[in-house]
Amino acid sequence: MRSRFDKQLNQLNNDLMEMGALTEHAIKSAALALSEQDESAAKRAIELEREIDAQERIVESLCLKLLLEQQPVAGDLRLISAALKMITDLERIGDQAADIAEIILRLHGQSYIKPMLHLPQMAMRVIEMVTGSIDAFVRKDSEKARGIFKLDDAVDELFRTVKNELVELIRRDASNSEQAVDLIMIAKYFERIGDHAQNIAEWVEFSLTGVHKNGEKE
Amino acid sequence: MMKHFKSLLARSTVYLASAFTAVMLLIIVASILFKGIPYLTPSLFAWKYDSVNVSLTPALINTLSMTLLSLLAAVPAGIGAAIYLTEYARRGSLFVKVVQITAETLAGIPSIVFGLFGMLFFVTFCHMGISLLAGALTLAMMILPLIMRTAEEALRSVPDSYREASFGLGAGHLRTVFCVVLPAAVPGILAGVILGVGRIVGETAALIYTAGTVAEAAFSLSDSARTLAVHMYVLSSEGLYMHQTYATAVVLLIIVAGINSLSYWAARRLSNGKV
Amino acid sequence: MAKFDIQHLNLYYGNFHALKDISLQITEHKVTAFIGPSGCGKSTLMKTLNRMNDLVEGCRITGKVLLDGEDIYDTMDTTTLRKRVGMVFQKPNPFPMSVFDNVAYGPRTHGIHNRARLGAIVEKSLRDAAIWEELKDRLKSSALGLSGGQQQRLCIARALAVEPEVLLMDESTSALDPLSTAKIEDLITLLKEKYTIVMVTHNMQQAARVSDTTAFFLLGEIVECGDTDRLFSTPRDKRTEDYITGRFG
Repeated sequence: MRSRFDKQLNQLNNDLMEMGALTEHAIKSAALALSEQDESAAKRAIELEREIDAQERIVESLCLKLLLEQQPVAGDLRLISAALKMITDLERIGDQAADIAEIILRLHGQSYIKPMLHLPQMAMRVIEMVTGSIDAFVRKDSEKARGIFKLDDAVDELFRTVKNELVELIRRDASNSEQAVDLIMIAKYFERIGDHAQNIAEWVEFSLTGVHKNGEKE
Repeated sequence: MMKHFKSLLARSTVYLASAFTAVMLLIIVASILFKGIPYLTPSLFAWKYDSVNVSLTPALINTLSMTLLSLLAAVPAGIGAAIYLTEYARRGSLFVKVVQITAETLAGIPSIVFGLFGMLFFVTFCHMGISLLAGALTLAMMILPLIMRTAEEALRSVPDSYREASFGLGAGHLRTVFCVVLPAAVPGILAGVILGVGRIVGETAALIYTAGTVAEAAFSLSDSARTLAVHMYVLSSEGLYMHQTYATAVVLLIIVAGINSLSYWAARRLSNGKV
Repeated sequence: MAKFDIQHLNLYYGNFHALKDISLQITEHKVTAFIGPSGCGKSTLMKTLNRMNDLVEGCRITGKVLLDGEDIYDTMDTTTLRKRVGMVFQKPNPFPMSVFDNVAYGPRTHGIHNRARLGAIVEKSLRDAAIWEELKDRLKSSALGLSGGQQQRLCIARALAVEPEVLLMDESTSALDPLSTAKIEDLITLLKEKYTIVMVTHNMQQAARVSDTTAFFLLGEIVECGDTDRLFSTPRDKRTEDYITGRFG
């Protein structure tokens, strides 16, 4: 029954997975650009941002169409409304990855004032979070979604560490300040990516159980 | 080619059949009118009958009284029976089936048999003598199955949704039947009544044995009374009044046509208000 | 406050077990919706509430149906019951009479014959059904000349004229156009302040829009019953979810 609706829901799933994959790719490119000072990786991250924006519009219009045509209730309604929220977070992640890439391009040619240790760790963590959320969504695994929440704490902790280190570097030598500020911004972007990834996990759980971590039980 | 020919053949056959029917009707009506109209004289309508004017007026008056009396007897009984069968009896019960079969059978009995029965029962056994009353009761028996059948159909065709609505408002069975179902069935019942009137007006055999042939307007139920159709029979059998017979036939035709138009008009009026 | 308290109700049409051990409470001044696929028993249960099932041959019940604590199958007579519990049917079924006579039929049945009083009751009922303005100049015209939506609102007015406490609405908007349906849904929201309403519907969105409590029926049983918002967003039973999302039924 409702085979057309089910086909459309499948399409929605696929489109969301596509957007998730693009976002993961964007973060990975930005992280690569950071650790290897790879100019082409940075440029790729910036291109991907445009693709992610386009995909957001595709998913959004599909969701609105489904709301209009199919008048979903219960699980279907939760899925579609969660999808609408998730794409906002994914799109913001894309923006942040591109912002990181732009900073890298500006830093091109400079040598790093400190070895790249924590930032790549942050990058790995947030990639894990984004991949994990999308995975939880695809597999309809609410337990996995809940597991993502803890990972954000680690990311926040890393951010504090990086910030302290960079403040120390500025105090030691004022000529470090310009690059240090750029590196702080990169760290901040990674931390924001982590927050958005957590949001995505929360919406995944909502779509599956009706419980949103912040709100009351539906 | 063959198919075209076949459909053409079918069509022409059908057209011919309807044309034939119409032509037959026209021939009958035309011949009556042709033979009767020249003899429609005022004396034919005189108040008192005598062997010179052979007035049809007493017979006409008798026809009216006979019709009214028969309806008075048959209609309440027929409608009452129909109400019982449709609204109260269990659908498909044995009693209902028996009543329906007997009514169908009764409707098929030749009128002369009714006349003989009427003579035996009403005239002799009940000591009514050859009278208006005996004739009316015999005719009532004849049209009873017809009234009952059409009333039954009319009642059955009233949608159940009306009954449901009435029950849902807290009305009992009796109120539902008399305030909702019966009024809605009136067009159909009326059609049956008018058909019954048509039969009464045209009846001869049954009346000859029960109401007799006295050519005076009956003033009491025990008077013998001839109706218009009987009047025609008597005139023509005496052999002397063929012209007047045809003239009377014209009047009878006009009455029958009038009744039919009345029923058509009444049905239209009533169904326009209801549907 | 429970208006109706249904306790372990079983209903049989001959040998067919149509309702199986139904226990349910209908709350006063709320709209309760019965949903479920065709033949699941929702209309049957509704007709038990005003004993319209008595009209069906071979129908018998066990269990109790209490209206304000009184067993309707025991001591109450059907005339009183149907005055307190009114019904509006799926297809509009006004009597072939004038608008006035349609609405006055109920009060007349219950003994009111005073012309002035009937006039007042008719006006009040038509106002309560939000159709007074449209019909006030047509009280003597035949009810059968009205449009479908008007006829149904007239039937609602007719049901309200006997001043019931409960109104049963059996798929009352399924035969109407969207505009009439919307008008009647608005009316239901107003009516529940004075009356208790039970509705049967096939339209999920209507049940979600209009009702406070929803009960989902399947094969003569209640599968799930609860607050409408919760039932439609996170149903507890998978069968409920499958039905309301249209995956079966």
